[in-house]
Amino acid sequence: MDEIVIIRDVLEANNNVAHENKTIKDERNILMVNIIGSPGTGKTSFILRAIENLKVPCAVIEGDVTSDIDARKMAERNIPVVQINTGGSCHLNAGSVNRALKSLSFDNGIVFIENVGNLICPSGFELGEDFKLALANVTEGDDKPYKYPLLFTKAKAVVLNKIDMLPYFEFDKKFFYDGIRALNQEVPFFEVSARTGEGFGEFAKWLEEKYYKFRQSK
Amino acid sequence: MHELSVTQSLVDMVIEEAQKRNLKKVTKVTVVIGELTGLESESIKFYFDVLSENTVAEGAELVFKIVKAQFKCRQCGNIFERTNFTFNCPVCGATGVLVDKGKEFYMESIEVE
Ligand SMILES: Nc1nc2c(ncn2[C@@H]2O[C@H](COP(=O)(O)OP(=O)(O)OP(=O)(O)O)[C@@H](O)[C@H]2O)c(=O)[nH]1
Ligand SMILES: [Mg+2]
Ligand SMILES: [Zn+2]
Repeated sequence: MDEIVIIRDVLEANNNVAHENKTIKDERNILMVNIIGSPGTGKTSFILRAIENLKVPCAVIEGDVTSDIDARKMAERNIPVVQINTGGSCHLNAGSVNRALKSLSFDNGIVFIENVGNLICPSGFELGEDFKLALANVTEGDDKPYKYPLLFTKAKAVVLNKIDMLPYFEFDKKFFYDGIRALNQEVPFFEVSARTGEGFGEFAKWLEEKYYKFRQSK
Repeated sequence: MHELSVTQSLVDMVIEEAQKRNLKKVTKVTVVIGELTGLESESIKFYFDVLSENTVAEGAELVFKIVKAQFKCRQCGNIFERTNFTFNCPVCGATGVLVDKGKEFYMESIEVE
């Protein structure tokens, strides 16, 4: 019996395409944000509100298991959108985003990727994005950082949505934020309600700054 | 979960490495998995047996090295593993900070006849 040491990242095929995506989107001056959260956490509502508040042009890549309901909401508002149907897969991968990027006629702005509603699987797959945004919400409970740590470890922004529901749910903010801080010391927190629009001014300002920095860095 | 697709990648990798070296049979594959990835070794094993049928890896033993996530106490510096629903230090109770461990997912070695 011979043992041969071969160290290889099992996800290297995906990572290579993610790298290519990064090059493509950089050439087109696109800041790409990967939005990850549970089903119904408010990803579509959040993206719509954010775009309302942003002065920078925006487009959307919609990941969905089978439907095009969310993509139609974007198109109705004349937001450039490309739909990816994952056909049952629990996450977007770099290959599908690669095709979406190529068919999206949009440059010089921010592209939001709405990942498949899922707190576990999407966090493991790089898409070539500038950063991941974790979208949690008040109604799903304050223990998510403890149950699904990987997402909060990787996110470069954490947004707590549905804060209009705080009076109706027991949500211990300290417990929630302590959990995230243990996993990720630097990540900024935002609190919003996609229903009322509260908190989006501050978030949009932060994201615009990120975008301008990205443009200057090139 | 997506164990099926990642296991397919793993099997493809083993076959490719075996071909490169002209190996006829792989008897053991060692994989390192970080706790934070959420990947279930049981289902990877299950898919591996199915997907490796009629390949050089058929019948190979799949061995996992599980890497636990580690936290370092901000107060006393103690290194500890999490318990459910707290990332606080079991010694002094202060909050911990994740040490960069537990996100691994790679093939480490293969054994051949
Ligand atoms: N009260 C309240 N409801 C919200 C808020 N944001 C979203 N919702 C509601 O939550 C439900 C789900 O919102 P979506 O935006 O469709 O959520 P999603 O994450 O895109 O859902 P999937 O794409 O199906 O995973 C809808 O009924 C929204 O109206 C909020 O801030 N407050
Ligand atoms: Mg949606
Ligand atoms: Zn301590």
